[in-house]
Amino acid sequence: MNSSMAMKLFNILLFCTPIYVGLTLSISAHAGGIGLLKKYDCASCHALTGPAPATLAALWQRKGPDLFYAGNKYRQAWLETWLQQPKRIRPAGMFYMNHIKPGPKRNMVDTSTLTEHIQLNKKDAKAIAATLASMKTHTALIQAEKHDASISPGPLGEMLFDKIYGCMACHQIEPGFGGMSGTEVYTAGKRLTPEFMLSYIRNPQAWDPKIWMPNAHLPDNNKQKLVNYIIKLSKESNDE
Amino acid sequence: MNKYLLMMLLAITSMCLHSPAVNAESAKDNYRTYCMQCHGMTGLGMGVNIQDMSVQPRDHTDAKAMGTRTDVELFKVIKEGGLAISKSSLMPPWADTLTDQEIHDLVKHLRTLCNCEYSTK
Ligand code: HEC
Ligand code: HEC
Ligand code: HEC
Repeated sequence: MNSSMAMKLFNILLFCTPIYVGLTLSISAHAGGIGLLKKYDCASCHALTGPAPATLAALWQRKGPDLFYAGNKYRQAWLETWLQQPKRIRPAGMFYMNHIKPGPKRNMVDTSTLTEHIQLNKKDAKAIAATLASMKTHTALIQAEKHDASISPGPLGEMLFDKIYGCMACHQIEPGFGGMSGTEVYTAGKRLTPEFMLSYIRNPQAWDPKIWMPNAHLPDNNKQKLVNYIIKLSKESNDE
Repeated sequence: MNKYLLMMLLAITSMCLHSPAVNAESAKDNYRTYCMQCHGMTGLGMGVNIQDMSVQPRDHTDAKAMGTRTDVELFKVIKEGGLAISKSSLMPPWADTLTDQEIHDLVKHLRTLCNCEYSTK
């Protein structure tokens, strides 16, 4: 093997090892935030470069949500607030099977296995939120969506979410009401960009190939209604 | 360049080049990941999600009920969801999550859970 081939190999490695996180990030982001991500060792639980888990074994071991597309997913203001005052978003943790136990009527969440999230001071939260907001992959997926806030869900919103498409089987629409294996959606309107929600509902596997949310193949118009319903839920609840 | 180092580089490279490829997962692992959230840790229909579901998930160990379904129907309900066999939409479609082969394997897995085959009795 000659040295130019070795160099090629090295280049390939460069793109698929998390060791080079800093290198890829520093092109676009605030140096301060990157230093802090390192200081707090956020990468020990969160993927700061892709790809998302491609096998079930990797999926089961994921310790925290992937953040390599954080800038396309979260609202920066929410990131800043949440990092200072983190509150549980997934009632059954990252992979629900790691956090449930048998119960008399159904499997129950074993809350003793869930841990509190690291809490940051205002200054560090602000710097990290800015860095996360600059981390944008899957931008083509976001650009393919156009949110239309004028399509009112009306009373149909809840019908679609609960009965017609069965989304509530996995998502809580208010504290303690709904399913446990997905994220709570009553705070999602404050947390997520509408384009991310539209795109995730269109094709969850495009973001996270092994995730246990199925693609329900909804018509575009109903996707808009569901997203506007989720946004409405966030305005109703005084839960941050 | 050191021979062992090169070999290691090659191994890691081929691993990461192949990682996005679709690996067929075992039926047991797929059932654990995608089905237990509703059908429960032991398939009895007592999943962590069922508290507020208006239609309860099928007990997959119920030989009598599962025996009324052909393998073709089981394949169809997993791939296309409850509506495809005139059942509740709370049973979701898994066509975009699982390959046909993985769904066939799940049908076989269901037959071991109920310890039953299709029967007209
Ligand atoms: C010990 C593992 C661990 C460490 C270390 C950790 N996190 Fe987390 N993080 C999690 C888990 C688990 C969640 C999901 C919380 C939930 O669903 O309630 C989470 C959630 C988040 C979220 C919310 C996103 C979402 O969709 O839920 C953000 C933002 C976040 N973490 C950023 C950070 C940052 C920044 C750091 C470093 C300062 C960090 N995390 C360190 C485990 C960790
Ligand atoms: C079988 C369970 C299941 C069903 C049914 C389901 N989801 Fe999900 N959903 C999930 C999981 C799991 C996630 C990913 C959570 C994560 O990233 O940790 C998710 C994520 C989401 C997200 C992004 C939330 C976030 O906080 O990151 C939205 C929006 C969403 N789902 C909407 C819907 C809608 C609308 C429906 C009905 C059409 C639906 N879901 C049906 C399990 C489900
Ligand atoms: C979001 C909850 C949910 C998930 C996840 C789920 N199911 Fe179901 N399933 C249901 C419900 C509810 C029913 C009952 C439908 C009815 O009786 O109308 C059902 C029914 C069934 C039936 C019986 C259909 C019949 O009447 O003969 C089979 C077979 C089945 N599910 C297989 C699976 C498999 C395999 C998986 C995983 C790949 C799975 N389900 C995941 C909710 C779920």
